[in-house]
Amino acid sequence: MRWRDTLRSGFEAILGHGLRSLLTILGIMIGIAAVILTVGLGEGAQSSVNSAISALGSNLLVVTPGSTTSSSGVRGGFGSASTLTLADANALGSKRVAPNLIAVAPEAETIEVLTAGSSNWTTTVVGSTASWAEVRDRQVEEGGFFTRQQVSGADDVAVLGTTTASELFGAESPIDQTFTVNGISLTVIGVLTSAGSSGSTDLDDMAIVPITTAQQQLFTGTFATSVSTIYCEASSTSGLSGAYQEIDDELLSAHHIDEPSEADFTITSQTTIASTANSVNRTLTDLLAGIAGISLLVGGIGVMNIMLVSVTERVREIGLRKSLGAPPTDIRRQFLVEASSLGLLGGIGGVFVGFIGTVILPHLQTNPVKLSVPATVGAVFVAICIGLVFGVYPATRAARLSPIDALRSE
Amino acid sequence: MSEPTGRIARVDPDEPTGRVARVDSDGDPTLIVRRPVIDMQQLWKTYRPGSLAVHALRGVTLSVDEGEFVAVMGPSGSGKSTLMHIMGCLDIPTSGTYKLRGEDVSEMSENSLARIRNREIGFVFQQYNLLPRLTAWRNVELPLIYARVPAPARRRRALACLEQVGLSDRVDHRPTELSGGQQQRVALARALVTNPALLLADEPTGNLDTAAALEILGLLQELHASGRTVVLITHEPDVAAVAGRVLRIRDGQIDSEEVAA
Repeated sequence: MRWRDTLRSGFEAILGHGLRSLLTILGIMIGIAAVILTVGLGEGAQSSVNSAISALGSNLLVVTPGSTTSSSGVRGGFGSASTLTLADANALGSKRVAPNLIAVAPEAETIEVLTAGSSNWTTTVVGSTASWAEVRDRQVEEGGFFTRQQVSGADDVAVLGTTTASELFGAESPIDQTFTVNGISLTVIGVLTSAGSSGSTDLDDMAIVPITTAQQQLFTGTFATSVSTIYCEASSTSGLSGAYQEIDDELLSAHHIDEPSEADFTITSQTTIASTANSVNRTLTDLLAGIAGISLLVGGIGVMNIMLVSVTERVREIGLRKSLGAPPTDIRRQFLVEASSLGLLGGIGGVFVGFIGTVILPHLQTNPVKLSVPATVGAVFVAICIGLVFGVYPATRAARLSPIDALRSE
Repeated sequence: MSEPTGRIARVDPDEPTGRVARVDSDGDPTLIVRRPVIDMQQLWKTYRPGSLAVHALRGVTLSVDEGEFVAVMGPSGSGKSTLMHIMGCLDIPTSGTYKLRGEDVSEMSENSLARIRNREIGFVFQQYNLLPRLTAWRNVELPLIYARVPAPARRRRALACLEQVGLSDRVDHRPTELSGGQQQRVALARALVTNPALLLADEPTGNLDTAAALEILGLLQELHASGRTVVLITHEPDVAAVAGRVLRIRDGQIDSEEVAA
């Protein structure tokens, strides 16, 4: 039998039992669509995590305070202590202390109410130094960032994110306008270029002020003296480990700690954040893909079931074909083509549904969905293979039927 | 060389199984040796459904020559069906030899038997056995698909055979749109389409009314007259009467053999 005739015969058999074929295809379709969507969700989550991490800046080392233990013995989480100070950040900024660092930006932040004329807006006020924009890899769209002189002079200036600027001043240009925080009047000298959002955080909703101004005039409590994070930018990727060592040494000696294991701060690199986040993500994606894979397996068993029914139902036809001279190989091939065609159609349908899903899903939930091309091609291939694998047993059974018994059956 | 019945005769001194001798009008005996299509020697077929052996065939020896029309008669359980299955290469004998057109098929593999069935045998069944999804001509082309004949040649040959059985106006009808007699004629066309050495008809009139049955028997006679070898299996004496030779089978053995006048 020629391949063309085998294919034609297979498709005719599928079309001959439209509803039944459709239901079988549906099983595979759901499985394939589930695989495509879970992989798509996983990849989407991964890329959003990666973009959030790279949004921090490049070649970054993040220093956070260690944990605290209160007098009653209750231990706070990492970052709860207020062991890092502006002095630490200034020390790290010295080329002599840390030659591998090119920029250091401490951050102290609180949530404050900003008032401009009749409008007010509650947002994060970040106190930092002139290096902030470089370290955090942000650009200024309008106006300029504050300078070293403005930081050392504790000038009453601020740079706003686009969201904050439009909430306070509407469509007007915010440059040289003033707003008040805790009774202190600040002048807007710049607006940051929009950076979009990272996860649920709007990167454009903030006000940056010189850390000196923040600590001396705006903040009360712990952040009047300490900083929450020190962002350090290394000169290059290869300089990261050297930079790590320099920060560690400097902070240990500045805090008078002899035992490195008792350090009251933590240094995290971007790559460790990324790999932790991604491994969590990958575990979740693998789990979901595994569940989707099981549904694919169930779909495959559906194909086998239908093919067995098809063989049983067509015993007479098989007997006739054999009596007309069909060798067992042709019969087997015919049923395999039928089974793998069911798989292929299910695969194509699944890709179609998966594609629609990647368009619709982002509107229903916050996580982005990425259509993965290798996953899609792989899914179709797997669908055909499932048809083939689960078709082998029914096809072999058909091929082994004795023509006499097959012809005799009613 | 020809003989009065109009069958094709062939002188072949190398064939040891030649048999028909006749006396010419001038009194000289002439040995006419014809090539046998079927040559069965001491065929046994034993089934062992349990511990007990059941002998369906007990040493059948039989020969059918090219161009002959032979009827095999016998009651059910006589071994008639088993003989038909072996004759049609659907089954192989337990012992003995079966040569089809000189080729020993008694110990062939399943694939080789499939090839022989495809090329050498045309089946006509009591139940017609047409595929309901396919139109008449596509049913007829089926054996050619397994012979790997290209599609245009298949259609041409299928249409020619349908014309031969008088169904040129029904080629695109499905079996359900045809009468019993018409369906059996489609089946007959399908049996002829590979131009087989042997036409094997198993109770071809069993499901038909008298008029349709006569039509089919008439077609078989026509085919025989044009030189085809036909073996007809039946239990009806009226049907067997159209054949040139009738073999009666009983208890797995050939009981009697009569040649029509």
